[in-house]
Amino acid sequence: MVFIDDLCIGVTALANETTQGRGFRRARVITLHSRRLIHVPLRIPDFVNNIIQVGGSFNCEMSSRSRLTKMTESSANKLLNGDACNRTINEKKSSKNGFVKSHCLFQQPHKYRRTVEKNQNVTPSSSLYKKPFVESFEETPLLVAVLTYMGYGILTIFGYLRDFLRHWNIEKCHVAQEREEQKDFVPLYQDFENFYTRNLYMRIRDNWNRPICSVPGAKIDLVDRVSHNYNWTFEHTGKVVKDVINLGSYNYLGFAENTGACVDASIEVTQKYGVGVGSTRCEMGNMDIHEELEQLVARFLGVESAMTFGMGFATNSMNIPVLTGKGCLILSDELNHASLVLGVRLSGSTIRVFKHNNMQSLEKMLRDAIVHGQPRTHRPWKKILIVVEGIYSMEGSIVRLPEIIALKKRYKAYLYLDEAHSIGALGPNGRGVVDYFDLDSKDVDIMMGTFTKSFGASGGYIGGKKELIDYLRHHSHSALYATSMPPPVVQQIITSMKIIMGEDGTTLGADRIRQLSENTTYFRRKLHDMGFIIYGNDHSPVVPMMLYMPAKIGAFGREMLKRNIGTVVVGFPATPIIESRARFCLSALHTREMLDTALQAISEVGELLQLKYSRHQQPHPSLEWTSEDSQLQD
Amino acid sequence: NMASGQQWVLVEMVQAFYEAPAYHLILEGILILWIIRLVFSKTYKLHETSKLTEKEKEDLIEEWQPEPLVSKDHPSLSYDVVTGPPSHKIIINGKECINFASFNFLGLLDNERVKVSALASLKKYGVGTCGPRGFYGTFDVHLELETHLAKFMKTEEAIIYSYGFATIASAIPAYSKRGDIIFVDEAACFSIQKGLQASRSLIKYFKHNDMEDLERLLKEQELEDHKNPRKARVTRKFIVVEGLYINTADICPLPKLVKLKYKYKVRIFLEESMSFGVLGEHGRGVTEHFGINIEDIDLISANMENAVASIGGFCCGRSFVIDHQRLSGQGYCFSASLPPMLAAAAIEALSIMEEDPDIFTVLREKCKHVYKALEGTPGLKLVGVPFAPALHLQLERSLGSRDADMQLLRTIVDHCLERRVALTLARYLEKDERFLPPPR
Repeated sequence: MVFIDDLCIGVTALANETTQGRGFRRARVITLHSRRLIHVPLRIPDFVNNIIQVGGSFNCEMSSRSRLTKMTESSANKLLNGDACNRTINEKKSSKNGFVKSHCLFQQPHKYRRTVEKNQNVTPSSSLYKKPFVESFEETPLLVAVLTYMGYGILTIFGYLRDFLRHWNIEKCHVAQEREEQKDFVPLYQDFENFYTRNLYMRIRDNWNRPICSVPGAKIDLVDRVSHNYNWTFEHTGKVVKDVINLGSYNYLGFAENTGACVDASIEVTQKYGVGVGSTRCEMGNMDIHEELEQLVARFLGVESAMTFGMGFATNSMNIPVLTGKGCLILSDELNHASLVLGVRLSGSTIRVFKHNNMQSLEKMLRDAIVHGQPRTHRPWKKILIVVEGIYSMEGSIVRLPEIIALKKRYKAYLYLDEAHSIGALGPNGRGVVDYFDLDSKDVDIMMGTFTKSFGASGGYIGGKKELIDYLRHHSHSALYATSMPPPVVQQIITSMKIIMGEDGTTLGADRIRQLSENTTYFRRKLHDMGFIIYGNDHSPVVPMMLYMPAKIGAFGREMLKRNIGTVVVGFPATPIIESRARFCLSALHTREMLDTALQAISEVGELLQLKYSRHQQPHPSLEWTSEDSQLQD
Repeated sequence: NMASGQQWVLVEMVQAFYEAPAYHLILEGILILWIIRLVFSKTYKLHETSKLTEKEKEDLIEEWQPEPLVSKDHPSLSYDVVTGPPSHKIIINGKECINFASFNFLGLLDNERVKVSALASLKKYGVGTCGPRGFYGTFDVHLELETHLAKFMKTEEAIIYSYGFATIASAIPAYSKRGDIIFVDEAACFSIQKGLQASRSLIKYFKHNDMEDLERLLKEQELEDHKNPRKARVTRKFIVVEGLYINTADICPLPKLVKLKYKYKVRIFLEESMSFGVLGEHGRGVTEHFGINIEDIDLISANMENAVASIGGFCCGRSFVIDHQRLSGQGYCFSASLPPMLAAAAIEALSIMEEDPDIFTVLREKCKHVYKALEGTPGLKLVGVPFAPALHLQLERSLGSRDADMQLLRTIVDHCLERRVALTLARYLEKDERFLPPPR
């Protein structure tokens, strides 16, 4: 027995019990948080103990197969992992942690956490779910994390070196310069602001903004471009890279097409109405097809009324401020999209951020908010608005809607659900996350979504009770000041939505929804089996695959393009600094053949770049010890 | 000696103890006990009493009643319904009218060439782009439109947004951050106001088109800067103005602004949604109107929803300024890109404007004609300059309340609709506007 006292460490102990069937394990997580006095009986081999005392910050992981992997503190403490761990410990320390179980909806242990591993434990709240809710976020291996930080370190050092050379004109500087006449003005940018752009982003800039010259369907044509000055400028060679498999566009149901019913209808409408509108909804920009669209959207969503807007981003940023104001509280998921963040900020309400998809974090905030009221004055809040997304586009996770609705009802809060990625892409009828969980859309106060993704158009909508929409028609910034949606776009949405609903008399919509779901399952399973770390829900058509190291961002994007596959790679600041990733968006138009080609290429590149980080397949043989750590399996 | 002295003291103490009266000993005993009690008893129980019990928390949660999500005291509003294209004739609520209500300054909204070009693009690319610019949402037409716009405006670079409203509202916070200072005209339109709000900078309003007032503010700031030069070295300063104000239909005194710019070292952001494609010999806007070097303006933004008759907006200027938005303009980075057919329509519209600069002259003549005709309408005040493509009519005398004024104006608009002339009532968010324009 070893007692660890007051060490500044985060220890994650993971005990796996392999159950029958492919790779499904139950996971238990315990983390000891920094500076908390806890005595945990651990049977730890001496060499580990040495690491603990020398290393200071790390994580150890144990399994029934008895393997050990070290982790960094940051990843151990990140998000729900650390959180779930806290709870487990609090649980052990009996109910001293402020809550009495019977009062809270969600306080049972081992539930709302990012499970370390693929996890099918049936949680006590599973009564809220009609099917298993499987979401996985495997932890960053320690070695990878260390190497990633080193990578950034080296890049930063070289960045300073290059800046130094540029400053003394030894290296040619390609950065656009301030006008001579304005050199004595206050600089428009702080020098450090652009350090990252200049020295890190510029190296791999060719992976973004790749121009395309075809419909963004299952295969795209890319405009070939070269750079002769290390990505500072690009030249188009005049050639076209044909038939690149498109894993980047949000074309979930494949309605971005240039033939078929949608385009025919849009052509007709363009001929009739023209392209622009030239006025706002309130004035002379309210056409009959706008009204038709709104009735259709309301019917599609199963809400009383709906309103549409010309831009998805603006739907959030211009309507949240209309709904809440001073004296209101907004509880926002930490990974919410920039448009939600902007809208929330513009509203002037108090903002509190809860941990991603963590119901306990949310419930605690709700309770605290109602009990304590507004800060300083302690007046009760006027209203509380919970703002969440359906599918989180960088994590691939699906919102825990049944639990949120239960919380919202219990605490009388309002719910704003942004279905930008989930509408069309989730649910047996393509009606988004509400349909996926088989819930009633009337339980969501504000149903927001965009037409950019599944409908292959542009713009956004808000659906809800009639009084809400009437209010928006009076007060929405967009209705009064922004030009309404262009007629061809309106028609594209109407046609595609009718196809999804089966109102065109064909099964095309239903087929596509099924196809997307099959593609998602197939693609995710294959990637997982290959040993990649992929994030998110098993049913999410957004598939983030971890790359971690900054150099691999560029390398992965380029190697995939060499193999004629277009993927999206993202790094800081869109993700946490060490969690750079590639993202695949599946489409109903992807055939099995395309997916296999893509998977083959991903596997090849994965071997080449050593991206198969997942430790579920091959446990490390050298770090074994016997498992008598059953205390940890609580 | 010392030890014997101490002993003596001790003996004396014991002696004194014996000699002391009983009541004294009892009193001291009680005092000592009291002190011991004070030392060992818990001092304050305030924390325990202020902490709520679970029961009390539950009661509070039960008790709390939020306000309704939206107030219910508004009538259900039905917009006027337009059927068919909003060109020079428009069908409103089933009635064909002459259209004086749409922002279709150059009549390109139903232009055949624009339509053909848009349709060709539609057949090639489909409608949506299914992605932001960064992730396979950049189409060759977007790049072409940006090059074309930059060439048209004679600037180094242009950047397009997919929505007019979001253009200036994203551009301002891309540069101006917390701690920076923005000088703004009071009449600035709503999307500028939203941009200012998003930037979290210090906002200083000057009276509409009043350069003396602006100079006063700039001077004040200069004094402030002298007091704290270290802070001044990192405080960016901007002037945000509109070329042709949508709220007042008059033009900004740009030459004076440029002078002030160099005198006080402030950058100018110019919003040209109403003046782009309207003012100037080639429709380049207010810079061309005044013959000002476009390089003197740090950033020009305009939407493509008025004169260009498409959708979206753009910013143009030097690459040093504009390129920054490609990573920092929120409406650019985080929004799906402009549908290619709308970009194609805008390209065609620009070509038409380049090929035939006469349309600007025609527009100006028509504006002057309408201005003359409307001038001196009894009971109504005409607001704006003669060459403004959008004019405002205000009541000469207010009826006393905003609602009553709006009602009367609505009656006038309805009357015109009856006579098959489409006008529109300018609508404002009364609570949200910084300076609410009078009814018109």
